[in-house]
Amino acid sequence: MKRRKIDLAALPANTGKALDERFQGATPLRRLFNKVFPDHWSFLLGEIALYSFIVLLLTGTFLTLFFDPSMTEVKYNGSFVPLRGIEMSRAYETALNISFDVRGGLIMRQMHHWAALLFMAAIVVHMFRIFFTGAFRKPREANWIIGVLLFWMGFTEGFAGYSLPDDALSGTGLRIASAIMLSIPVAGTWITTSLFGGEFPGTEILPRLYIVHVLLIPGVLLALISAHMGLLVKQKHTQWPGPGRRNDNVVGVRMFPGFAVKAGGFFMLVFGVIALMGGLLQINPIWLFGPYEAAVVSAASQPDWYVMFLDGSTRLMPAWEIRAFGYTIPALLWPTLVLPAFLTILPILYPFIEARFLKDRGSHHLLQRPRDVPFRTALGAMSIAFYMVLVLSGGNDVIADKFNISLNAMTWAGRIGLLIAPPIAYFVTYRICLGLQQHDREVLAHGVETGIIRRLPDGRFMEVHQPLSPVDEHGHPAELPYAGWVVPKKMNRLGALAPAIKGFFFAIEKPAPPKPPTAVEDADRHEVTSGHR
Amino acid sequence: MSGHQIEGQEPFDVDDPALTRFDLVREGARRDGVEIVHYKPRFPVPGTKVERRIERSIALMLTLAGVFAVAFVILYIWWPWEYEGGSNAGKWYTPLLGLTLGGSLVFLALAIITWGKKLLPEEISVQERHDGPSAHDEQQLTGATIVNMGDELGIARRPLLKAAVLLPGLGLGAAAVAPLVGGLIKSPHEPDAIFFETGWNPKHNDGHPVRLVREDGTPIRPEDVSTGGQMTVFPGIPGGASNKWADSPTLLIHLRPEDSALAYKNANNSERPPGINGGSQWGDFVAYSKICTHAGCPASLYEQQTNRLLCPCHQSQFDITDNARPVFGPASRSLPQLPLDVDAEGYFVATGDYKVAVGPAFWERP
Repeated sequence: MKRRKIDLAALPANTGKALDERFQGATPLRRLFNKVFPDHWSFLLGEIALYSFIVLLLTGTFLTLFFDPSMTEVKYNGSFVPLRGIEMSRAYETALNISFDVRGGLIMRQMHHWAALLFMAAIVVHMFRIFFTGAFRKPREANWIIGVLLFWMGFTEGFAGYSLPDDALSGTGLRIASAIMLSIPVAGTWITTSLFGGEFPGTEILPRLYIVHVLLIPGVLLALISAHMGLLVKQKHTQWPGPGRRNDNVVGVRMFPGFAVKAGGFFMLVFGVIALMGGLLQINPIWLFGPYEAAVVSAASQPDWYVMFLDGSTRLMPAWEIRAFGYTIPALLWPTLVLPAFLTILPILYPFIEARFLKDRGSHHLLQRPRDVPFRTALGAMSIAFYMVLVLSGGNDVIADKFNISLNAMTWAGRIGLLIAPPIAYFVTYRICLGLQQHDREVLAHGVETGIIRRLPDGRFMEVHQPLSPVDEHGHPAELPYAGWVVPKKMNRLGALAPAIKGFFFAIEKPAPPKPPTAVEDADRHEVTSGHR
Repeated sequence: MSGHQIEGQEPFDVDDPALTRFDLVREGARRDGVEIVHYKPRFPVPGTKVERRIERSIALMLTLAGVFAVAFVILYIWWPWEYEGGSNAGKWYTPLLGLTLGGSLVFLALAIITWGKKLLPEEISVQERHDGPSAHDEQQLTGATIVNMGDELGIARRPLLKAAVLLPGLGLGAAAVAPLVGGLIKSPHEPDAIFFETGWNPKHNDGHPVRLVREDGTPIRPEDVSTGGQMTVFPGIPGGASNKWADSPTLLIHLRPEDSALAYKNANNSERPPGINGGSQWGDFVAYSKICTHAGCPASLYEQQTNRLLCPCHQSQFDITDNARPVFGPASRSLPQLPLDVDAEGYFVATGDYKVAVGPAFWERP
C-alpha cells in the first residue's frame, strides 16, 4: 500500500469539510460569527457579572478541595498560633487551614469573596441600566424576570457562602437567619427545627448549606444564566437610537473578531482586577473573629454589602409584634420576609404594569434616554432612595460611632428618611428630567451657545448661537425634531476645535486642519446608508 | 442599500477567482442578514510610524503579561509561604501572588483591547431584526398540531381516564416530596419543648439547681462581680458553655444599690405575665438572658451609666432596672430573667429555668 502524503496547507480546509460533512456547521457557525453586537459602555455591566461568576466557579472549585463543612468539635492545631488549642468546628478549622496551611489558599479565598461582592454589584448596576433605559419592555420581560431571580439566587448563594466558615460573624448571621425563619407564622418553628435538625445551631446546618452552596444554587444560577444568554442571542441586543438605527435592525460590529476581542479583553480585565483585589485587599479575616460562640458578638458586625439593606430594614422596623389568641406574629417577619417578597414581586410585574399603564403593546428594541421617560426615571430614583436609606441604616451604628451621632437619632432618621426620601427623590428626578428635555429642545431650536457676545447697533447685547440646522432667509434656523439621542451642546462637539494631537510626549502625526462645523453636523444627522466607499 | 442589493440578487459564484476574500465575507454576512456598511482598515498604508508604535506597545504589554505570569509561578513555588507569627517575608506571599497574577491578566487585557480598538478595521454592520410573531399560517398550523394531541389522546371524551390520570399525578407528586419532607422534618415540640427550655432547667443536673459558671466551667461567688460590673455566665452542666446550649448564655449583673432598689420595685410590675420576675433578684444581682428577643444575637453591650443593655446587631435597648424591658429598637419583648440564689457553698445557682421562652419570638409563643 502506498502511503499518502499529508498536504499540510490543505489540512484546515479538509478538516473543516470533514467536520461539516458530519455536523453541517457551516451555515450556523457563520451566522454566529456574523452576529452583530451594538456597542455602548453601559452594555458591559452585565458582562462583569458573567465574568465574576466564572471566577467564582474557578476559585470555588479550588476551595472545595480543602474545605470540610462538618460541625464536629475539634481542637485547632494549625499554623496560626493565637488560636491554637481552641475548640472549634471542623468547618472553621478547615477555613483557617485554607488561609494559613494551603499554599495559595488565602488568595483563592479572598478572590472568591471579592468576586462574589463584584458579582452582586454588577447585577445591581446592570439592573439599573436595564430599568432606566426601558430595556425590559416587550419582548424582553422574560429576561428581566430571570434577572430579578438571578439577583435573589446570588443573594442566597452569597449568604450561604458567608455562613460556611463558621466564624463569629457567620454564626451570628446564621442565628439571625434562624430567627427570621422562626418568625414565619404557623410553620416557623417546624421549618427551623427541620432545616437545622433541631435547635439552633445543631450539627446539620453547615453540611446542608454546603451542598446548597456548591451544587444546588450554582446549578440554578447556571441554568438561569444560560437562559438569560440564550434569550439575549435570540432576541438580539437593544441599541441606542442614532443615525441609521431603527427598531428593526441592529447596528454595531460583528461578533468575530471585533466584539469577541473586546469581550475577551474585558474578561481578562475583570479577572485581573479580582486577582489584584484578592491579593492586595484583605477581606473577611476570619482568624480575627474567632470561632462562633453563641454568647460572643462584637459591635459593628455587618453582613456583606448586598445583605445590608435587609439588615437596615430590620433595624428600622418598629417593635410591632402582633399577639392574638395565644399566638404571635413577630415584628421581624415584616422587614425580612414580607419586604423582600414585595421587592421580588413588584419588579417582576413592573414591565407588565408599565405596558398596561401606557397602553403599549409594541415591541421595543431602541433604548430610551432616562430623561425622555421622566416617570420611570423618577420611579427608579425613588426606589434607589428607598434602598439607600436601608443600606445606610444597615451601618447606622458605625455612622453613629464615627460621626458622633446618637444611635437612636440615626434609627429615627432612617425611619423618617424611609418615608420622605423616596417622594423627594421622585419629585427632584422628575423635574431634572423635564429640565434636560427642555434644554435639548432649546438647543435644537436655537443652536449651541458659542460664548460669543455681540453688541447690536441699538446697544443691546446678544449671544451668538450656532444653529444645528440650515437657516432660512431671515437667518432663523429650522427647528430640528428630537431624535431620542444626544444633542450636541458644546462647540467642540461640532468640530469647532482642532482635533487633538496624537502622541503622549511628542506629536507622532500632524494635526488635521479643523473642519467647518456645519459639515460635521450634517454627517452626524444623516442616516447611514449602505454605500461603502 | 440599493447598489448592493441589486448585486446580491445576481447569481453569486463563490468560486469566481476574481472575487477577493472580503467579497466572500461580505456575501456570507449578507446571507446572514448582515450588511457591512462601513469597513475601513485602520492603516491603509502598512508599516506607518503610528502603526509600528501601536504594534510595539501591544508587544510590550504581552511581554509584561508573560513576565508577570512567570513571576507568579516562581513566587508560588519558591517564596516562603508558610505562616509564621510576626513580620516576615511570608506575609508578602498573598499580596505578591495577587500583584503578579492580577498584573499579568490586566496587561493581557490591555493588549487584547488595544489590539481590538487600534488595529482591527473600523466597522459598522447592520443586521436586520426579524421581529414580531411567526407568520399567521405557522401559528395556525402549530396550534392545530397541539390541539390535535389532545384529540388523539381523547382525554376530553373519556371522563373516566381524565379523573384516573390525576391519581398517579398527585400520588407521584406526593411521593417525590415525601422523602425530602420526611427526611428533614423534625418537631419543635417533641420530645422536648426545645424552644421553651434551656440548659438552666434542673433536669439537666439530676434535678439539682444549676450553678452559674464561667466559660471555663468555674462557679461564681457574689464577690467575684464588682458593683456595676457584669459577667457572661453559662449553665454549670457538661458542655454548658458550648454551642449545644446556644440559648443559655446569661448576663449576670451586679447593680448599684440605688438601681437595685429600683429593680426590686419594678420586678412586680413586669408585664406578660405580670409579676413573673418577682423573687428572681438575689441581693443586688440580676441575671438576664443574653439572647436578644429580637433576632437572637447576644445583647451584650452593657451601658453602665444608663443601665441599658444594647444588642449590637439591630440596636434594641433593654432597661436592666425595669425587667430588661425593651426601651428602643425593634425588640418587643423583655429579656427573660433568671431566678438567682446562692447555694450552701456560696456559689450562684439558678433556682429554676427561665419562666418564659428565651430568644426571638415565634408563632406558638404566647
